[in-house]
Amino acid sequence: MKREHSIQIKVLSASGYFEHGVNLRTMPDSGWLRMVGSMLDGSSLVEIRGLRFGYSGRMIFNEVDIDIQRGKVTAIMGPSGTGKTTLLRLIGGQEYPSSGTIRVDGANVPELSRNNLYQLRKRMGMLFQSGALLTDLNVFDNVAFPLREHTDLPEMMIRDLVLIKLQAVGLRGARDLMPSALSGGMARRVALARAIALDPMMMMYDEPFSGQDPISMGVLVKLIRELNDALGMTTIIVSHDVNETASIADYLYLLSEGKVVEHGTPERLRQSGSEWTRQFLEGLPDGPVPFHYPAPDFAEELLQVSASQ
Amino acid sequence: MITQLQHLGAWALKRFERLGRSHLFLFHVSAGLGELLTRPGLVIQQIFAIGVLSLPIILVAGLFVGMVLALQLYNTMVNFGAEQSLGPVVALSLVRELGPVVTALLFAGRAGSALAAEIGLMKATEQLSSMEMMAVDPMRRIIAPRLVGGALSLPLLAAMFSAIGVSGGFMVATGLLGVDSNAYWSQMQANVDLFDDIANGVIKSIVFGVVVTWIAVFEGYDAAPTSEGVARATTRTVVNGSLAVLGLDFILTALMFGDNG
Repeated sequence: MKREHSIQIKVLSASGYFEHGVNLRTMPDSGWLRMVGSMLDGSSLVEIRGLRFGYSGRMIFNEVDIDIQRGKVTAIMGPSGTGKTTLLRLIGGQEYPSSGTIRVDGANVPELSRNNLYQLRKRMGMLFQSGALLTDLNVFDNVAFPLREHTDLPEMMIRDLVLIKLQAVGLRGARDLMPSALSGGMARRVALARAIALDPMMMMYDEPFSGQDPISMGVLVKLIRELNDALGMTTIIVSHDVNETASIADYLYLLSEGKVVEHGTPERLRQSGSEWTRQFLEGLPDGPVPFHYPAPDFAEELLQVSASQ
Repeated sequence: MITQLQHLGAWALKRFERLGRSHLFLFHVSAGLGELLTRPGLVIQQIFAIGVLSLPIILVAGLFVGMVLALQLYNTMVNFGAEQSLGPVVALSLVRELGPVVTALLFAGRAGSALAAEIGLMKATEQLSSMEMMAVDPMRRIIAPRLVGGALSLPLLAAMFSAIGVSGGFMVATGLLGVDSNAYWSQMQANVDLFDDIANGVIKSIVFGVVVTWIAVFEGYDAAPTSEGVARATTRTVVNGSLAVLGLDFILTALMFGDNG
Protein backbone atom coordinates (compact mmCIF):
# COMPACT_ATOMS: atom_id res chain seq x y z
CA MET A 1 0.00 0.00 0.00
CA LYS A 2 2.86 2.35 0.84
CA ARG A 3 4.19 1.92 -2.66
CA GLU A 4 0.88 2.87 -4.26
CA HIS A 5 0.64 6.10 -2.28
CA SER A 6 4.09 7.20 -3.23
CA ILE A 7 3.36 6.54 -6.91
CA GLN A 8 0.20 8.56 -6.89
CA ILE A 9 1.69 11.57 -5.17
CA LYS A 10 4.72 11.83 -7.37
CA VAL A 11 2.94 11.06 -10.59
CA LEU A 12 0.31 13.69 -9.95
CA SER A 13 3.07 16.18 -9.40
CA ALA A 14 4.75 15.16 -12.61
CA SER A 15 1.54 15.31 -14.55
CA GLY A 16 0.85 18.77 -13.15
CA TYR A 17 4.11 19.90 -14.55
CA PHE A 18 3.59 18.48 -18.00
CA GLU A 19 -0.15 18.81 -18.39
CA HIS A 20 -0.39 22.44 -17.36
CA GLY A 21 3.05 23.65 -18.34
CA VAL A 22 3.65 25.03 -14.84
CA ASN A 23 7.07 24.66 -13.36
CA LEU A 24 6.25 23.70 -9.80
CA ARG A 25 9.66 24.74 -8.63
CA THR A 26 8.62 28.35 -9.13
CA MET A 27 5.44 28.03 -7.02
CA PRO A 28 6.16 29.30 -3.51
CA ASP A 29 3.51 27.27 -1.69
CA SER A 30 4.05 23.99 -3.43
CA GLY A 31 4.81 20.93 -1.28
CA TRP A 32 6.56 19.64 -4.34
CA LEU A 33 8.92 22.58 -4.20
CA ARG A 34 9.81 21.72 -0.63
CA MET A 35 10.41 18.13 -1.59
CA VAL A 36 12.67 19.13 -4.47
CA GLY A 37 14.39 21.69 -2.29
CA SER A 38 15.22 19.09 0.32
CA MET A 39 16.71 16.93 -2.39
CA LEU A 40 18.90 19.69 -3.72
CA ASP A 41 20.91 19.96 -0.54
CA GLY A 42 24.16 19.15 -2.29
CA SER A 43 24.71 15.74 -0.70
CA SER A 44 25.85 12.83 -2.82
CA LEU A 45 23.33 10.24 -3.93
CA VAL A 46 26.06 8.11 -5.49
CA GLU A 47 29.49 7.97 -3.94
CA ILE A 48 32.22 5.93 -5.60
CA ARG A 49 35.52 5.48 -3.81
CA GLY A 50 38.69 3.66 -4.87
CA LEU A 51 36.90 1.78 -7.65
CA ARG A 52 39.00 -0.83 -9.39
CA PHE A 53 37.53 -3.00 -12.10
CA GLY A 54 38.92 -4.97 -15.01
CA TYR A 55 38.46 -8.06 -17.12
CA SER A 56 40.52 -10.21 -19.45
CA GLY A 57 43.67 -8.79 -17.85
CA ARG A 58 42.73 -5.22 -18.78
CA MET A 59 42.16 -2.61 -16.07
CA ILE A 60 39.06 -0.54 -16.89
CA PHE A 61 38.96 1.55 -13.69
CA ASN A 62 41.94 2.15 -11.47
CA GLU A 63 41.22 3.93 -8.19
CA VAL A 64 38.33 6.02 -9.48
CA ASP A 65 36.45 8.39 -7.15
CA ILE A 66 33.16 9.93 -8.32
CA ASP A 67 30.38 11.81 -6.52
CA ILE A 68 26.93 12.26 -8.04
CA GLN A 69 25.07 15.11 -6.37
CA ARG A 70 21.37 14.76 -5.54
CA GLY A 71 19.03 16.59 -7.86
CA LYS A 72 21.78 17.39 -10.36
CA VAL A 73 22.48 16.21 -13.89
CA THR A 74 25.96 14.74 -13.89
CA ALA A 75 27.63 13.61 -17.10
CA ILE A 76 30.34 11.00 -17.36
CA MET A 77 32.26 11.60 -20.56
CA GLY A 78 35.25 10.11 -22.26
CA PRO A 79 36.43 8.42 -25.44
CA SER A 80 34.88 5.15 -26.62
CA GLY A 81 36.06 2.13 -24.68
CA THR A 82 36.82 3.95 -21.44
CA GLY A 83 34.18 1.96 -19.56
CA LYS A 84 31.43 4.56 -19.27
CA THR A 85 28.67 2.00 -19.80
CA THR A 86 30.48 -0.39 -17.44
CA LEU A 87 30.35 2.33 -14.80
CA LEU A 88 26.53 2.43 -15.07
CA ARG A 89 26.41 -1.36 -14.83
CA LEU A 90 28.56 -1.18 -11.70
CA ILE A 91 26.25 1.41 -10.14
CA GLY A 92 23.25 -0.76 -11.04
CA GLY A 93 24.86 -3.86 -9.54
CA GLN A 94 25.09 -5.73 -12.85
CA GLU A 95 28.87 -5.90 -12.52
CA TYR A 96 31.01 -6.28 -9.40
CA PRO A 97 34.20 -4.26 -8.79
CA SER A 98 37.54 -5.84 -7.89
CA SER A 99 37.75 -3.39 -5.00
CA GLY A 100 36.32 -0.10 -3.81
CA THR A 101 32.87 1.00 -2.75
CA ILE A 102 29.86 2.16 -4.74
CA ARG A 103 27.34 3.70 -2.38
CA VAL A 104 23.89 4.55 -3.72
CA ASP A 105 21.72 6.38 -1.21
CA GLY A 106 23.98 5.05 1.53
CA ALA A 107 23.93 1.39 0.49
CA ASN A 108 27.13 -0.24 -0.80
CA VAL A 109 25.84 -1.87 -4.00
CA PRO A 110 28.41 -4.72 -4.31
CA GLU A 111 27.58 -5.89 -0.79
CA LEU A 112 23.81 -5.89 -1.15
CA SER A 113 21.89 -9.16 -1.03
CA ARG A 114 19.92 -10.06 -4.14
CA ASN A 115 16.65 -8.95 -2.56
CA ASN A 116 18.05 -5.63 -1.35
CA LEU A 117 19.66 -5.02 -4.73
CA TYR A 118 16.31 -5.57 -6.43
CA GLN A 119 14.64 -3.21 -3.94
CA LEU A 120 17.25 -0.58 -4.76
CA ARG A 121 16.80 -1.10 -8.51
CA LYS A 122 13.12 -0.29 -8.15
CA ARG A 123 14.29 3.19 -7.23
CA MET A 124 16.67 3.43 -10.20
CA GLY A 125 15.78 3.92 -13.83
CA MET A 126 18.07 3.17 -16.71
CA LEU A 127 17.78 4.10 -20.36
CA PHE A 128 19.78 1.69 -22.48
CA GLN A 129 21.51 2.79 -25.65
CA SER A 130 19.21 0.65 -27.80
CA GLY A 131 16.10 1.42 -25.76
CA ALA A 132 15.83 -2.31 -24.96
CA LEU A 133 12.05 -2.37 -25.32
CA LEU A 134 10.41 -5.77 -25.00
CA THR A 135 9.73 -6.59 -28.62
CA ASP A 136 6.69 -8.81 -28.01
CA LEU A 137 4.81 -6.02 -26.19
CA ASN A 138 3.35 -2.83 -27.65
CA VAL A 139 4.28 0.63 -26.42
CA PHE A 140 1.53 0.72 -23.78
CA ASP A 141 2.40 -2.70 -22.35
CA ASN A 142 6.10 -1.86 -22.32
CA VAL A 143 5.48 1.18 -20.14
CA ALA A 144 3.00 -0.75 -18.01
CA PHE A 145 5.48 -3.63 -17.55
CA PRO A 146 7.24 -2.42 -14.36
CA LEU A 147 3.92 -1.27 -12.85
CA ARG A 148 2.32 -4.68 -13.43
CA GLU A 149 5.39 -6.49 -12.11
CA HIS A 150 5.84 -4.47 -8.95
CA THR A 151 2.44 -3.14 -7.91
CA ASP A 152 -1.06 -4.47 -7.40
CA LEU A 153 -2.64 -1.38 -8.90
CA PRO A 154 -5.96 -1.91 -10.69
CA GLU A 155 -5.77 -1.90 -14.48
CA MET A 156 -7.62 1.43 -14.70
CA MET A 157 -5.00 3.15 -12.59
CA ILE A 158 -2.18 1.52 -14.55
CA ARG A 159 -3.80 2.83 -17.72
CA ASP A 160 -3.86 6.38 -16.32
CA LEU A 161 -0.26 6.18 -15.12
CA VAL A 162 0.97 4.83 -18.44
CA LEU A 163 -0.84 7.56 -20.35
CA ILE A 164 0.67 10.21 -18.05
CA LYS A 165 4.17 8.85 -18.68
CA LEU A 166 3.59 8.62 -22.42
CA GLN A 167 2.17 12.13 -22.47
CA ALA A 168 5.32 13.31 -20.69
CA VAL A 169 7.50 11.96 -23.52
CA GLY A 170 5.04 13.06 -26.21
CA LEU A 171 4.05 9.58 -27.37
CA ARG A 172 0.56 9.08 -25.94
CA GLY A 173 -0.73 8.70 -29.49
CA ALA A 174 1.73 5.88 -30.22
CA ARG A 175 0.55 3.62 -27.41
CA ASP A 176 -0.73 0.86 -29.71
CA LEU A 177 2.39 0.64 -31.88
CA MET A 178 4.80 -2.25 -31.64
CA PRO A 179 8.49 -1.44 -31.00
CA SER A 180 9.38 -2.49 -34.56
CA ALA A 181 7.20 0.36 -35.86
CA LEU A 182 9.08 3.02 -33.87
CA SER A 183 12.01 5.13 -35.01
CA GLY A 184 15.19 5.03 -32.91
CA GLY A 185 14.33 8.30 -31.20
CA MET A 186 10.75 7.23 -30.44
CA ALA A 187 11.95 3.90 -29.04
CA ARG A 188 14.23 5.75 -26.64
CA ARG A 189 11.41 8.02 -25.54
CA VAL A 190 9.17 5.01 -24.87
CA ALA A 191 12.03 3.40 -22.96
CA LEU A 192 12.36 6.64 -21.01
CA ALA A 193 8.65 6.59 -20.15
CA ARG A 194 9.07 2.99 -18.96
CA ALA A 195 12.17 3.87 -16.92
CA ILE A 196 10.29 6.59 -15.02
CA ALA A 197 7.15 4.48 -14.56
CA LEU A 198 8.01 3.73 -10.92
CA ASP A 199 9.15 7.30 -10.25
CA PRO A 200 12.80 6.47 -9.57
CA MET A 201 15.04 8.61 -7.39
CA MET A 202 17.71 8.52 -10.09
CA MET A 203 17.96 7.99 -13.83
CA MET A 204 20.94 6.64 -15.71
CA TYR A 205 21.23 7.30 -19.44
CA ASP A 206 23.60 5.24 -21.56
CA GLU A 207 24.59 7.22 -24.66
CA PRO A 208 21.12 8.74 -25.06
CA PHE A 209 22.05 10.90 -28.06
CA SER A 210 24.07 8.51 -30.21
CA GLY A 211 22.66 7.91 -33.68
CA GLN A 212 19.85 10.43 -33.29
CA ASP A 213 18.73 12.96 -35.87
CA PRO A 214 18.88 16.62 -34.73
CA ILE A 215 15.17 16.82 -33.89
CA SER A 216 15.15 13.60 -31.83
CA MET A 217 18.33 14.74 -30.14
CA GLY A 218 16.76 18.09 -29.25
CA VAL A 219 13.69 16.33 -27.85
CA LEU A 220 15.81 13.99 -25.73
CA VAL A 221 18.00 16.84 -24.44
CA LYS A 222 14.89 18.75 -23.38
CA LEU A 223 13.23 15.70 -21.83
CA ILE A 224 16.23 14.65 -19.76
CA ARG A 225 16.61 18.08 -18.22
CA GLU A 226 12.89 18.63 -17.67
CA LEU A 227 12.28 15.21 -16.16
CA ASN A 228 15.18 15.68 -13.80
CA ASP A 229 13.82 19.01 -12.59
CA ALA A 230 10.12 18.14 -12.59
CA LEU A 231 10.43 14.78 -10.84
CA GLY A 232 13.20 15.88 -8.49
CA MET A 233 15.44 13.08 -9.70
CA THR A 234 19.18 12.70 -9.88
CA THR A 235 20.52 12.08 -13.37
CA ILE A 236 23.67 10.41 -14.65
CA ILE A 237 24.38 10.67 -18.36
CA VAL A 238 27.07 8.64 -20.01
CA SER A 239 27.92 10.13 -23.37
CA HIS A 240 30.57 11.38 -25.74
CA ASP A 241 28.30 13.89 -27.44
CA VAL A 242 30.02 16.90 -25.92
CA ASN A 243 27.78 19.81 -26.88
CA GLU A 244 24.42 18.20 -26.12
CA THR A 245 25.61 16.73 -22.84
CA ALA A 246 27.38 19.87 -21.66
CA SER A 247 24.27 21.93 -22.46
CA ILE A 248 22.18 20.15 -19.81
CA ALA A 249 24.77 18.87 -17.35
CA ASP A 250 25.42 20.58 -14.04
CA TYR A 251 28.67 18.71 -13.56
CA LEU A 252 31.03 16.76 -15.81
CA TYR A 253 33.49 13.94 -15.18
CA LEU A 254 36.01 13.19 -17.89
CA LEU A 255 37.35 9.64 -17.89
CA SER A 256 40.28 8.22 -19.78
CA GLU A 257 42.46 5.14 -19.39
CA GLY A 258 40.85 4.07 -16.16
CA LYS A 259 41.18 7.41 -14.37
CA VAL A 260 39.16 10.57 -13.82
CA VAL A 261 41.13 13.05 -15.91
CA GLU A 262 39.22 16.12 -14.77
CA HIS A 263 35.88 17.10 -13.28
CA GLY A 264 33.93 20.28 -12.73
CA THR A 265 31.14 22.37 -14.17
CA PRO A 266 30.96 22.60 -17.99
CA GLU A 267 32.05 26.24 -17.83
CA ARG A 268 35.08 25.42 -15.71
CA LEU A 269 36.15 22.52 -17.94
CA ARG A 270 35.88 24.67 -21.06
CA GLN A 271 38.44 27.03 -19.44
CA SER A 272 40.68 24.10 -18.49
CA GLY A 273 44.40 24.33 -19.22
CA SER A 274 44.65 20.57 -19.71
CA GLU A 275 45.54 19.70 -23.31
CA TRP A 276 43.68 16.38 -23.09
CA THR A 277 40.50 18.11 -21.88
CA ARG A 278 40.72 20.66 -24.66
CA GLN A 279 41.31 17.97 -27.29
CA PHE A 280 38.29 16.00 -26.07
CA LEU A 281 35.86 18.89 -25.61
CA GLU A 282 36.82 20.55 -28.91
CA GLY A 283 37.10 17.29 -30.86
CA LEU A 284 40.65 17.94 -32.12
CA PRO A 285 42.01 15.07 -34.26
CA ASP A 286 45.51 15.15 -32.80
CA GLY A 287 46.94 15.97 -29.41
CA PRO A 288 47.69 14.01 -26.24
CA VAL A 289 45.52 11.28 -27.78
CA PRO A 290 47.56 10.72 -30.98
CA PHE A 291 46.00 10.33 -34.40
CA HIS A 292 48.23 7.30 -35.09
CA TYR A 293 47.97 4.02 -33.25
CA PRO A 294 51.40 3.23 -31.74
CA ALA A 295 53.62 1.76 -34.48
CA PRO A 296 57.30 1.61 -35.46
CA ASP A 297 58.74 4.41 -37.57
CA PHE A 298 56.95 4.52 -40.93
CA ALA A 299 60.04 5.14 -43.11
CA GLU A 300 61.97 2.42 -41.31
CA GLU A 301 59.17 -0.07 -41.81
CA LEU A 302 58.91 0.71 -45.54
CA LEU A 303 62.66 0.27 -45.96
CA GLN A 304 62.54 -3.08 -44.12
CA VAL A 305 59.97 -4.42 -46.57
CA SER A 306 61.98 -3.17 -49.57
CA ALA A 307 65.16 -4.76 -48.21
CA SER A 308 63.47 -8.12 -47.59
CA GLN A 309 62.35 -8.22 -51.23
CA MET B 1 51.74 -35.15 -28.63
CA ILE B 2 51.79 -33.15 -25.40
CA THR B 3 50.20 -30.20 -27.19
CA GLN B 4 47.42 -32.41 -28.53
CA LEU B 5 46.79 -33.78 -25.06
CA GLN B 6 46.68 -30.23 -23.72
CA HIS B 7 44.13 -29.28 -26.39
CA LEU B 8 42.05 -32.33 -25.54
CA GLY B 9 42.24 -31.49 -21.83
CA ALA B 10 41.27 -27.87 -22.45
CA TRP B 11 38.37 -29.00 -24.64
CA ALA B 12 37.15 -31.45 -21.99
CA LEU B 13 37.48 -28.86 -19.20
CA LYS B 14 35.50 -26.36 -21.25
CA ARG B 15 32.74 -28.92 -21.83
CA PHE B 16 32.57 -29.85 -18.14
CA GLU B 17 32.56 -26.19 -17.13
CA ARG B 18 29.62 -25.57 -19.47
CA LEU B 19 27.82 -28.65 -18.20
CA GLY B 20 28.25 -27.40 -14.64
CA ARG B 21 27.02 -23.95 -15.62
CA SER B 22 23.93 -25.43 -17.26
CA HIS B 23 23.11 -27.30 -14.02
CA LEU B 24 23.54 -24.16 -11.93
CA PHE B 25 21.29 -22.40 -14.44
CA LEU B 26 18.62 -25.12 -14.01
CA PHE B 27 18.94 -24.77 -10.23
CA HIS B 28 18.36 -21.00 -10.41
CA VAL B 29 15.38 -21.42 -12.72
CA SER B 30 13.88 -24.08 -10.46
CA ALA B 31 13.99 -21.61 -7.57
CA GLY B 32 11.50 -19.43 -9.48
CA LEU B 33 9.07 -22.20 -10.43
CA GLY B 34 6.87 -21.78 -7.35
CA GLU B 35 6.08 -18.21 -8.38
CA LEU B 36 4.44 -19.52 -11.54
CA LEU B 37 1.61 -21.01 -9.49
CA THR B 38 0.41 -17.48 -8.83
CA ARG B 39 0.86 -16.46 -12.48
CA PRO B 40 -0.38 -19.39 -14.59
CA GLY B 41 -1.03 -17.00 -17.49
CA LEU B 42 2.71 -16.83 -18.20
CA VAL B 43 2.87 -20.62 -18.64
CA ILE B 44 -0.31 -20.78 -20.72
CA GLN B 45 1.14 -18.14 -23.04
CA GLN B 46 4.21 -20.33 -23.55
CA ILE B 47 2.18 -23.52 -24.05
CA PHE B 48 0.47 -21.67 -26.88
CA ALA B 49 3.73 -20.37 -28.39
CA ILE B 50 5.68 -23.60 -27.95
CA GLY B 51 2.99 -26.28 -28.10
CA VAL B 52 -0.01 -25.08 -30.06
CA LEU B 53 2.07 -23.46 -32.79
CA SER B 54 4.04 -26.72 -33.18
CA LEU B 55 0.85 -28.72 -33.76
CA PRO B 56 0.74 -28.53 -37.59
CA ILE B 57 4.23 -30.00 -38.07
CA ILE B 58 3.64 -32.65 -35.39
CA LEU B 59 0.28 -33.76 -36.78
CA VAL B 60 1.43 -33.90 -40.40
CA ALA B 61 4.60 -35.78 -39.43
CA GLY B 62 2.62 -38.17 -37.21
CA LEU B 63 0.18 -38.95 -40.00
CA PHE B 64 2.90 -39.79 -42.50
CA VAL B 65 4.99 -41.76 -40.01
CA GLY B 66 1.92 -43.90 -39.14
CA MET B 67 1.11 -44.46 -42.81
CA VAL B 68 4.69 -45.41 -43.74
CA LEU B 69 4.95 -47.65 -40.70
CA ALA B 70 1.81 -49.57 -41.70
CA LEU B 71 3.10 -50.04 -45.27
CA GLN B 72 6.56 -51.20 -44.20
CA LEU B 73 5.38 -53.54 -41.46
CA TYR B 74 2.65 -55.05 -43.61
CA ASN B 75 5.16 -56.05 -46.29
CA THR B 76 7.17 -57.99 -43.71
CA MET B 77 4.31 -59.35 -41.62
CA VAL B 78 2.35 -60.66 -44.58
CA ASN B 79 5.21 -63.12 -45.23
CA PHE B 80 4.51 -64.67 -41.84
CA GLY B 81 0.72 -64.45 -42.13
CA ALA B 82 0.69 -62.01 -39.24
CA GLU B 83 -0.90 -59.04 -41.05
CA GLN B 84 -3.85 -59.06 -38.64
CA SER B 85 -1.39 -57.98 -35.91
CA LEU B 86 -0.55 -54.80 -37.81
CA GLY B 87 -2.64 -52.65 -35.42
CA PRO B 88 -0.74 -53.49 -32.20
CA VAL B 89 2.67 -53.36 -33.90
CA VAL B 90 1.97 -49.91 -35.35
CA ALA B 91 0.58 -48.71 -32.02
CA LEU B 92 3.43 -50.14 -29.94
CA SER B 93 6.05 -48.66 -32.28
CA LEU B 94 4.39 -45.28 -31.96
CA VAL B 95 3.54 -45.05 -28.25
CA ARG B 96 6.73 -46.70 -27.01
CA GLU B 97 9.29 -45.25 -29.37
CA LEU B 98 8.49 -43.18 -32.41
CA GLY B 99 5.91 -40.92 -30.80
CA PRO B 100 8.15 -39.55 -28.01
CA VAL B 101 11.39 -39.65 -30.03
CA VAL B 102 10.26 -38.19 -33.36
CA THR B 103 8.13 -35.57 -31.57
CA ALA B 104 11.14 -34.59 -29.44
CA LEU B 105 13.36 -34.32 -32.52
CA LEU B 106 10.81 -32.17 -34.34
CA PHE B 107 10.26 -30.18 -31.15
CA ALA B 108 14.02 -29.49 -30.87
CA GLY B 109 14.04 -28.27 -34.47
CA ARG B 110 10.89 -26.18 -34.35
CA ALA B 111 10.30 -24.95 -30.79
CA GLY B 112 13.79 -25.44 -29.32
CA SER B 113 15.53 -23.38 -31.96
CA ALA B 114 12.85 -20.68 -31.69
CA LEU B 115 13.28 -20.52 -27.90
CA ALA B 116 17.06 -20.27 -28.12
CA ALA B 117 16.88 -17.59 -30.81
CA GLU B 118 14.26 -15.59 -28.89
CA ILE B 119 16.18 -15.60 -25.62
CA GLY B 120 19.51 -15.03 -27.38
CA LEU B 121 18.10 -12.02 -29.20
CA MET B 122 16.59 -10.69 -25.97
CA LYS B 123 20.08 -10.86 -24.52
CA ALA B 124 21.73 -9.28 -27.57
CA THR B 125 19.24 -6.39 -27.60
CA GLU B 126 19.69 -5.78 -23.84
CA GLN B 127 16.08 -6.74 -23.05
CA LEU B 128 17.23 -9.12 -20.32
CA SER B 129 19.57 -6.47 -18.88
CA SER B 130 16.78 -3.90 -18.92
CA MET B 131 14.54 -6.33 -17.03
CA GLU B 132 17.23 -6.79 -14.40
CA MET B 133 17.46 -3.02 -14.05
CA MET B 134 13.68 -2.88 -13.63
CA ALA B 135 14.15 -5.29 -10.70
CA VAL B 136 12.51 -8.10 -12.66
CA ASP B 137 14.44 -11.37 -12.60
CA PRO B 138 14.62 -12.74 -16.18
CA MET B 139 15.09 -16.25 -14.76
CA ARG B 140 11.64 -16.06 -13.18
CA ARG B 141 9.86 -13.92 -15.75
CA ILE B 142 11.31 -15.26 -19.01
CA ILE B 143 13.10 -18.57 -18.49
CA ALA B 144 10.93 -20.39 -15.93
CA PRO B 145 7.60 -20.05 -17.86
CA ARG B 146 9.29 -21.27 -21.05
CA LEU B 147 10.85 -24.25 -19.30
CA VAL B 148 7.53 -25.31 -17.78
CA GLY B 149 5.63 -24.55 -21.00
CA GLY B 150 8.04 -26.71 -23.02
CA ALA B 151 8.06 -29.54 -20.50
CA LEU B 152 4.24 -29.65 -20.49
CA SER B 153 3.85 -29.26 -24.24
CA LEU B 154 6.04 -32.12 -25.43
CA PRO B 155 4.08 -34.97 -23.75
CA LEU B 156 0.85 -33.54 -25.16
CA LEU B 157 2.36 -33.22 -28.63
CA ALA B 158 3.77 -36.76 -28.44
CA ALA B 159 0.33 -38.11 -27.48
CA MET B 160 -1.20 -36.36 -30.48
CA PHE B 161 1.59 -37.60 -32.72
CA SER B 162 0.91 -41.20 -31.66
CA ALA B 163 -2.87 -40.81 -31.98
CA ILE B 164 -2.72 -39.40 -35.49
CA GLY B 165 -0.02 -41.96 -36.40
CA VAL B 166 -2.29 -44.84 -35.33
CA SER B 167 -5.10 -43.29 -37.39
CA GLY B 168 -2.78 -42.93 -40.41
CA GLY B 169 -1.75 -46.56 -40.03
CA PHE B 170 -5.42 -47.54 -39.86
CA MET B 171 -6.23 -45.64 -43.07
CA VAL B 172 -3.43 -47.37 -44.99
CA ALA B 173 -4.03 -50.80 -43.43
CA THR B 174 -7.76 -50.92 -44.12
CA GLY B 175 -8.06 -48.69 -47.17
CA LEU B 176 -4.96 -49.72 -49.10
CA LEU B 177 -3.81 -53.08 -47.77
CA GLY B 178 -7.14 -54.74 -47.01
CA VAL B 179 -6.54 -55.46 -43.31
CA ASP B 180 -9.76 -56.04 -41.39
CA SER B 181 -10.65 -52.89 -39.45
CA ASN B 182 -12.06 -54.81 -36.46
CA ALA B 183 -8.88 -56.85 -36.22
CA TYR B 184 -6.77 -53.66 -36.37
CA TRP B 185 -8.52 -52.09 -33.36
CA SER B 186 -9.29 -55.23 -31.30
CA GLN B 187 -5.73 -56.59 -31.58
CA MET B 188 -4.47 -53.16 -30.58
CA GLN B 189 -6.74 -53.02 -27.54
CA ALA B 190 -5.68 -56.50 -26.48
CA ASN B 191 -1.94 -56.02 -26.85
CA VAL B 192 -1.23 -52.43 -25.86
CA ASP B 193 -0.93 -52.02 -22.10
CA LEU B 194 -1.83 -48.75 -20.41
CA PHE B 195 1.05 -48.81 -17.92
CA ASP B 196 3.78 -50.86 -19.62
CA ASP B 197 3.45 -49.20 -23.01
CA ILE B 198 1.54 -45.92 -22.88
CA ALA B 199 2.74 -44.71 -19.46
CA ASN B 200 6.36 -45.52 -20.31
CA GLY B 201 6.01 -43.55 -23.52
CA VAL B 202 4.57 -40.62 -21.58
CA ILE B 203 7.47 -40.77 -19.09
CA LYS B 204 9.91 -40.69 -22.00
CA SER B 205 8.22 -37.66 -23.53
CA ILE B 206 8.21 -35.81 -20.17
CA VAL B 207 11.96 -36.43 -19.81
CA PHE B 208 12.58 -35.33 -23.42
CA GLY B 209 10.41 -32.24 -22.87
CA VAL B 210 12.40 -31.12 -19.83
CA VAL B 211 15.79 -31.85 -21.39
CA VAL B 212 15.17 -30.30 -24.83
CA THR B 213 13.60 -27.15 -23.33
CA TRP B 214 16.37 -26.90 -20.75
CA ILE B 215 19.01 -27.10 -23.49
CA ALA B 216 17.13 -24.49 -25.58
CA VAL B 217 16.69 -21.92 -22.80
CA PHE B 218 20.24 -22.43 -21.53
CA GLU B 219 21.77 -22.07 -24.99
CA GLY B 220 19.75 -18.89 -25.56
CA TYR B 221 20.65 -17.42 -22.18
CA ASP B 222 24.31 -18.35 -22.54
CA ALA B 223 24.62 -17.13 -26.15
CA ALA B 224 27.20 -14.51 -27.04
CA PRO B 225 25.19 -11.27 -27.53
CA THR B 226 25.94 -11.05 -31.26
CA SER B 227 24.18 -12.32 -34.37
CA GLU B 228 26.82 -15.02 -34.72
CA GLY B 229 26.35 -15.99 -31.07
CA VAL B 230 22.60 -16.38 -31.54
CA ALA B 231 23.13 -18.45 -34.70
CA ARG B 232 25.51 -20.75 -32.84
CA ALA B 233 23.06 -21.08 -29.95
CA THR B 234 20.21 -22.20 -32.22
CA THR B 235 22.46 -24.70 -34.00
CA ARG B 236 23.73 -26.10 -30.69
CA THR B 237 20.16 -26.37 -29.43
CA VAL B 238 19.08 -28.55 -32.35
CA VAL B 239 22.26 -30.67 -32.40
CA ASN B 240 22.65 -31.14 -28.64
CA GLY B 241 18.90 -31.48 -28.11
CA SER B 242 18.59 -34.18 -30.77
CA LEU B 243 21.63 -36.10 -29.54
CA ALA B 244 20.41 -35.88 -25.94
CA VAL B 245 17.02 -37.26 -26.99
CA LEU B 246 18.55 -40.22 -28.81
CA GLY B 247 21.00 -40.97 -26.00
CA LEU B 248 18.37 -40.68 -23.30
CA ASP B 249 15.99 -42.78 -25.36
CA PHE B 250 18.45 -45.68 -25.25
CA ILE B 251 18.94 -45.32 -21.48
CA LEU B 252 15.21 -45.04 -20.77
CA THR B 253 14.35 -47.92 -23.11
CA ALA B 254 16.96 -50.10 -21.43
CA LEU B 255 15.56 -49.21 -18.00
CA MET B 256 11.92 -49.70 -19.02
CA PHE B 257 12.04 -52.69 -21.33
CA GLY B 258 15.55 -54.09 -20.87
CA ASP B 259 14.55 -56.92 -18.54
CA ASN B 260 11.71 -58.24 -20.74
CA GLY B 261 14.02 -60.66 -22.53
